[in-house]
Amino acid sequence: MEFSELIRTGRAEAFLLPGPGQSPVRGTLCITSHHLLLSAGHGSPSDLWLLLRNVDAVEKRAAGNSGTITLKCKDLNVLQLEIEGLEETLDIAGSIEALSSLESVTTSYPFFYRPQSLKLGEAEDLHPPDHFYQQVALETNGWRLSTVNRDFNVCASYPPALVVPRGIGDEVLARSARFRQGGRFPVLCYYHSINGTVMLRSSQPLQGANRRRCAEDEELLKAALALGGGRGLVLDTRSAQAVKQARITGGGTEAKAAYSGWKRLHRPLERGRPLQDSFVRLVEACTDPSLSMDRWLSRLDGCRWLTHVKEALTIACLAAQGMDREGVCILVHGAEGTDVTLLVTSLTQLILDPKCRTLRGFQSLLEREWIQAGHPFQQRCAHSAYAQGRPKHEAPIFLLFLDCVWQLSRQFPLSLEFGEGMLLALFEHAYASPFGTFLCNSEKERYLCEVKTKTHSLWSSLNQSKERKRLCNPIYSPNPLALWPSVEPQSLQLWAGLFLRWTRPPEPAQEAWEQLWKIVTEREVADPL
Amino acid sequence: MEHITLPKILHHHIAAVEKSALTSMGHPLLLHCKNFRTAHFVFGSEWECHEVHASLLKLSQPVRPEELYAFSYNPKSSKDDREMGWKMIDLKSDYKRMGVPNDYWQITDANKNYEVCSTYPPEIVIPKAASKAIVMGCAKFRSRGRIPVLSYFYKENNAAICRCSQPLSGFGSRCLEDEQMLQAISQANPASPFIYVVDTRPKLNAIANRAAGKGYENEDNYANIRFRFIGIENIHVMRGSLQKLLEVCEMKVPSMSDFLAGLENSGWLKHIKTIMDAGIFLAKAVKVEKASVLVHCSDGWDRTAQVCSLAGILLDPFYRTFEGLMVLIEREWISMGHKFSQRCAHLDGDPKEVSPVFTQFLECIWQLMEQFPCAFEFNELFLLEIHDHVFSCQFGNFIGTCHKEREELKIFERTHSLWPFLLQKKTEFRNPLYKGITAYGVLHPNTLPFSFQFWCGMYHRFDKGMHPKQSMLDCLLHLLNRQVKMKEDMTHLETKLPGLNVLSLEDPCIQPQTESALSKPLKNLPPDIPQSSDQLPPALLPSGSLTGEGDALPDLSPKQKQSVFTSNQPPSSGNRGQHQEEKHQ
Repeated sequence: MEFSELIRTGRAEAFLLPGPGQSPVRGTLCITSHHLLLSAGHGSPSDLWLLLRNVDAVEKRAAGNSGTITLKCKDLNVLQLEIEGLEETLDIAGSIEALSSLESVTTSYPFFYRPQSLKLGEAEDLHPPDHFYQQVALETNGWRLSTVNRDFNVCASYPPALVVPRGIGDEVLARSARFRQGGRFPVLCYYHSINGTVMLRSSQPLQGANRRRCAEDEELLKAALALGGGRGLVLDTRSAQAVKQARITGGGTEAKAAYSGWKRLHRPLERGRPLQDSFVRLVEACTDPSLSMDRWLSRLDGCRWLTHVKEALTIACLAAQGMDREGVCILVHGAEGTDVTLLVTSLTQLILDPKCRTLRGFQSLLEREWIQAGHPFQQRCAHSAYAQGRPKHEAPIFLLFLDCVWQLSRQFPLSLEFGEGMLLALFEHAYASPFGTFLCNSEKERYLCEVKTKTHSLWSSLNQSKERKRLCNPIYSPNPLALWPSVEPQSLQLWAGLFLRWTRPPEPAQEAWEQLWKIVTEREVADPL
Repeated sequence: MEHITLPKILHHHIAAVEKSALTSMGHPLLLHCKNFRTAHFVFGSEWECHEVHASLLKLSQPVRPEELYAFSYNPKSSKDDREMGWKMIDLKSDYKRMGVPNDYWQITDANKNYEVCSTYPPEIVIPKAASKAIVMGCAKFRSRGRIPVLSYFYKENNAAICRCSQPLSGFGSRCLEDEQMLQAISQANPASPFIYVVDTRPKLNAIANRAAGKGYENEDNYANIRFRFIGIENIHVMRGSLQKLLEVCEMKVPSMSDFLAGLENSGWLKHIKTIMDAGIFLAKAVKVEKASVLVHCSDGWDRTAQVCSLAGILLDPFYRTFEGLMVLIEREWISMGHKFSQRCAHLDGDPKEVSPVFTQFLECIWQLMEQFPCAFEFNELFLLEIHDHVFSCQFGNFIGTCHKEREELKIFERTHSLWPFLLQKKTEFRNPLYKGITAYGVLHPNTLPFSFQFWCGMYHRFDKGMHPKQSMLDCLLHLLNRQVKMKEDMTHLETKLPGLNVLSLEDPCIQPQTESALSKPLKNLPPDIPQSSDQLPPALLPSGSLTGEGDALPDLSPKQKQSVFTSNQPPSSGNRGQHQEEKHQ
């Protein structure tokens, strides 16, 4: 096995320094292919089991005949290990660095993880791709499930089955795909059953400097508009200036003249490098205990993370309001249509659709709008906030989505069936997980790696009843209405549960959560329904 | 002016009335309230606006204490009830709970004719070893005679928190009795070889005071003291800071950056953190170092009150209960002479005496409640209600500046006490997550800057649009109240119908009620959601302080109602227009 070559020293005596929520451990440290294990012996409960994939950065420091390794994790935890022997320290640090940054998907831990309580291959059954279509078909006859992408030939980042207007043939789709970056032609992502309006998403049209047009693409959007009530709004997540730039390199946006009935609105959202930088700077500020109040507030402002949260929620509200209040169909895209596009479409659905707010419904939403829709998780979550060196494709778009959901849950504490625990778990698993759910960048890659048959699904793990208390909101009460959040700066807060998780003692918040459960379960006991 | 009614806005709550320039809607009048409500009115005629303005100015700033609401407030309760109300908080029994009097501390009536200090209560707690001569001599050496007295006694280790005003030390004056007094405090805690003397002022301020013959203790002159400065700013800085904070709150459509920069610039949270850090210093000295602490600032009635009462809350779970907080406020604030009347501008007076010192104390409690959601018996609403009544002058507790003045005003004979009134409403003020008095001992809050939040519930209390749209608190209180009610019903049924199966009787009647209980907060939602498509969801509205003002309107006459509603449009509707225009261009 290739792993053994990477493990230079597999074993050493080590001491894990205590931190908030982390009790100290002294014992034997072992490096395996996928884990770092530190055990005091006899399977003590404070043993450290660290998935090496979770390590974002390794720092080593030598002191005499021993050394210290600082492991900065993707879940933002920081662990400090004192290791006996200088050579051992260097070897172990080297091994961790090598093992934590392996690129191969099929040798990653999910392909080896075999928990006894779960069965392989369950993922397919939990959220089958055509399940969403069946729900839409119950409401309207205007849409069909197309398998034009069954071999991933039309669009490499789309799943095999997609929902499109019934009157549009597969050949039209294929032609439209050629006019869209990466082949991401407009597809239905949400049907608003209250008034029949729809939300579509795509990538940018390849308009170019010559302002090219594509009859089939226009036909596709016209058909969608006819089904959705006649008025449409293209929500471009880039500024008009950025679109101009994109045209030079072959991209662009929908020309008004070519798409009658569609209006266009530019609402720029930050993405890519600037968003990653924002995340890194926020985490730096959150982990710097030397800051004065003034410095903290100025760095919180300077990193702009909360601005991004506010803007994402504002645009989702705008889209939701357009559909719900003004009966307008919405097409969302930026450039590739795999990042902030999905952020907007998924948030909009959470605002409008009560079905997305249950534990299962939220999982379907993630499965549909993020995983199958081709958000490149492997690239975006390759590193978290501590990684050294220039980021390549990393960007915390998914984390920004989770933060927005957390803001919603704070403003509507009764309306989401899942709690903060669920959002934290999703953050962790998106960056490092024993499950296959967030592996790869697209359905095509997952298919090629046989992820669905060779790894376990995160959903089956989360849906086990033992996880209920951690993940579920005890005071959930289904709310049929739209959730209109306040996006005033005063109404948005830093997500302390995530960003300050390792800098503050966790007990008070845990106790509050337990107390909440206690009140509700006592009620159930007293109230035998 | 009889036809003008301002429902739910007490005259005493009005901090400022502003007329502004004529708009297309009429003559605007803006009210700023002490509980951070702002209300906009528009009048049809200039004369009317002017008259209302003048009347409100007059009504909101009475000149004589007798004009205050408390002297006319009549809840129709019996004389006995009123008197019982004043006896409800008994400071002596709290001293007893702490273990005072004991071998080291005595409760004396040395100040019964206010001959030691006119701003102290008649009964004070001082070391047993402090003779009358020491007390009298010491009083001459402390600003306004505010000698060191006991604030809190930690019976687990005999460490004490004492408070006083600054010494009249100037450039080198000494006072033997003062030195003996501190010696006596030190000796009352035999286990510790020293006491801390904490000057809560910034060092520069304290030094500046020396020029005026005041100052701070010279470590060389006192045996075994450890002297510390804490650096809490004075009332003027705090007043300015709040003013800046409120300007941030009143910004129209602030960006996140506007808000955070404004918050930083106001310095408000920095001051809150400094006060919290000082409280923690005291608590640690007492608990960990087992050392007694003597605290003062200049006069010892602002910063000293904040810090001592906060230390009490950190050290003693009793002060985190309803009764405990009331006792603490009575002792450290009311009886020890925090000048509520001046700090809260009850009467027309010097605006430089106004300062949000007590508001800051309440905020520190709220910050602690955020960090320890299960440690307090009461919830946020209790703090807000107390805050309201500090300004409302509906009850006598906060009227005047000290005990002597309250006696002269016959507060105890002529007005009612707030506390029984609050306790009647205990069910709405309780914290459903409270784990009981034994669950937490000393609190160790985190005071890194990110542990402090902007208190939206206080400073935007009336901007309902900014609050969470569903209240977890309401939901939990409802559940708990139903539990209590059901247990009562159950016992009732059990006694009435012996031998019957109680559970089967209950089932059918409970289900619908439970459902309505859970859906209740949801039913409150529709008003927040615009009904017509030409309105935007609240999310996109500018943060006009008008949002949520609707609840204060129903009693207005039709004419005013209309004018207020028209004024409900944001002054700069640019933001709204923009969205619409861009969409349909």
